[in-house]
Amino acid sequence: MERPGKKQQQVAGMRIATDRVDCLGPWTATGLGQVAWLASRASVPGAGTVHIDVTALTGIDSAGALVLHRLRCRLEREGRGTVFDGLSEAMGSLLDLVARHAPAEAGVAAPVRRGYLEDLGRLSVGLMGQGAGFLSFIGRTAITAGAVFVGPRRARWRPFFKNLEASGYRALPIVGLLAFLLGVVIAYQGGVQLRQYGANVYIADLVGLAMLRELAPLITAIIVAGRTGASFTAEIGTMKVSDEIGALRTMGIDPVEQLVLPKLAALVIALPLLTVWADFMGLFGGVVIANSALGLSPAVFVERVGESVSLASYVIGVGKAPVFAAIITGIGCFQGFRVTDSAESVGRQTTVSVVQSIFLVIVVDAVFSVVFSEMGL
Amino acid sequence: MNREVVVDVRELTMRYGRRLVHDRISLQVYRGEIFAIVGGSGSGKTTLMREMALLQRPTSGRVSVLGRDAYALSERESLALRQHIGVLFQHGALFSELTVAENVAVPLREHTALGSAFINELAMLKIALTGLAHESAQLYPSQLSGGMIKRAGLARAIALDPELLFLDEPVSGLDPLSADALDELILSLKTALGLTIVMVTHDMDSLWRVADRVVLLGDGRVLGEGSMDELARSADPAVRRFFRSPRSRAAHQAWIPV
Repeated sequence: MERPGKKQQQVAGMRIATDRVDCLGPWTATGLGQVAWLASRASVPGAGTVHIDVTALTGIDSAGALVLHRLRCRLEREGRGTVFDGLSEAMGSLLDLVARHAPAEAGVAAPVRRGYLEDLGRLSVGLMGQGAGFLSFIGRTAITAGAVFVGPRRARWRPFFKNLEASGYRALPIVGLLAFLLGVVIAYQGGVQLRQYGANVYIADLVGLAMLRELAPLITAIIVAGRTGASFTAEIGTMKVSDEIGALRTMGIDPVEQLVLPKLAALVIALPLLTVWADFMGLFGGVVIANSALGLSPAVFVERVGESVSLASYVIGVGKAPVFAAIITGIGCFQGFRVTDSAESVGRQTTVSVVQSIFLVIVVDAVFSVVFSEMGL
Repeated sequence: MNREVVVDVRELTMRYGRRLVHDRISLQVYRGEIFAIVGGSGSGKTTLMREMALLQRPTSGRVSVLGRDAYALSERESLALRQHIGVLFQHGALFSELTVAENVAVPLREHTALGSAFINELAMLKIALTGLAHESAQLYPSQLSGGMIKRAGLARAIALDPELLFLDEPVSGLDPLSADALDELILSLKTALGLTIVMVTHDMDSLWRVADRVVLLGDGRVLGEGSMDELARSADPAVRRFFRSPRSRAAHQAWIPV
C-alpha cells in the first residue's frame, strides 16, 4: 500500500503477451483508472495456461484484487488455466478474501429507476391517502374539541397561553412592519395614478378598502403560515422522531388534545387580532404617504376611510382570519404527525406544510371573494 | 519495539472556553494494532479521536498522521491524506438520501477514475465484506436496523481501503450477539486488509476481545496505557476503579482467549 506524500503515483498498467499478463504500478482504487476496464475486456493471445505476473506491482488494495479476481475468473471461463507469479502471502490472502466475498457479476443490480407512469400512479395514490388522512385528522380534532368544549376542565391552559404568546404577541413586529410597507406601496403606486386626475382624496378609499378587506388578512395569514405553521410542523415532527408522541400516548394523554387543540384555539384568537393590527399598520402606511406625497392630511384620510369602507367589508376581512387560522393549524399539525422517524423528514414535511397552507389560504380567500361579491356584500 | 508509528500525538491540549478537555496528552499508535481509547463520559474520548482523524483542530500540540503533521497541511495535502483514513461515526452518518450501495460508492466516485459498473461491484464487495446481505444494498438508511447501520457505515469507511480506520463506539446500542459479531468483523477486517484501527468504546467485552492496546483518559490526562491485562493489574487507583469494576471483571471472565 503506497504512502501519501511519496509522489510515486504513476498510473497502473498491464502488459499482455502470449500466455502472459504483467501487472504494473499501483493497482489501487485511486491508481487503477482504465486498467479495471481493460482487464475485463482484453483477450490474452495463446491457448495455454496464463501466467499473471504481479511482481511489478507497487501496491494493491481490494479494488486491484477484485480486478485480478475478475481477470482470473474470465480466463478460466474461457478454458484457460491461470497461475500467479510473484504473489506474496499478503496479496494471496487479500485475493482469497476478495474471491470469497466478490458479488456474482450478474447479481450487481443497479438501483431500480421508476417510470413516469408508475410515478404518476404513486403520486395519485399518495395524494388520495393524504387527503383521506387529513379528513380523518379534522374529524378527530373536531371530536376532541367537542369533548373539551363540553368538559372544559380538560382544557390545557398552559400550552394555550404559550402558543398565544409565540404565535400572536411575538408575530406583532413582523406583521406590523410588512403591513405598513404594503400600505406604503399601495398608497404610493395608486397615488401616482390618482394624481393625474386630481383625485388625490380617493387614495384613502383605495388603501382602506384594499387593506381592510383583502390584503391585511391575506398578508397576515401568509406570514403566520410561514412562521407559525412551519413551527407547528417542526415541533410535532421532532416530537414524533424522538418518540415523545408515543410517550404521551402511553401516559394516556391524547396528543391531539395536548398538542393540536391549544394551538388551534390560540391561533384562532391570535390571527384575527393580528389582522386588526395589520389593518391599523397598513392604514398608517397609507396615511404617511398620503400626507407626504399627496398632500392629504391625516384627518381627511381617516374621514374618507370611515365613509368609503363599509362595516361589512371590515368584518369580512377580520372574519376570514379564524378560517385561515384553522387551515394553517390543521395543515401544520397534520404534516407534523406525518413525519416518519427520520430527521430529514421533519424538514420535508415542514416545507410541505408551508406550501400547502399558503396555497390553501389563497384558494379559500379567492372563494370568499367570489361568494361575498355574489351575495352583494 | 521499533514498530512504525502511524499516529503520533504530542503535547496535545484542547480547551472549550474555560473547560480543559485535554491537558498535554502524548500517545502513539503503531501500524497494524487496534488501539482503544476509553474513559468515563465527558473524558474527551471522541474529541481525541476527532483530533486524530483530522476533524477537529486542537488548541495546541501536534498530531502526526501517517507521518504528516495533520494540522499544518494545505487543503490539497489534507485531502490526499484523508483518502487514507476511514471513519465510522457513532450513528453511522449514512447519507439518508442514498441507498447503502450508493453510500459506499460515494468515496469511490469522488476519488477514483473507475467506471460506474466496477464501482458498483466494488461497493458490493465491501458490503459483502462487512457481512451485510446482498439485498440490504438497495435499502435506505431509515430501513436499516442499528447493527446494519454500523456495518453499512463500516463498508463506507473501508471503501478506499484506508490504512487507518477510526471507529467511534462501534458496538454501542447493539444487542450482545450483534456486538460480538461486529467485534469479530473488526478483527477479521484488520488482518485481511492490514488496517490500523483506533476505536473509542465503552464496551468492556469489546475491549478484552479486540483491543491490542488501551489508553484510559480522565481529567484531561492519560491515566493509564497498555494492554488490557496490564491495565487490569495496574496499581494506580484511578485505573483500578475503571478496570476492576464488576462489569469489567465479568467481561474479563467471559473472555476466552483463542
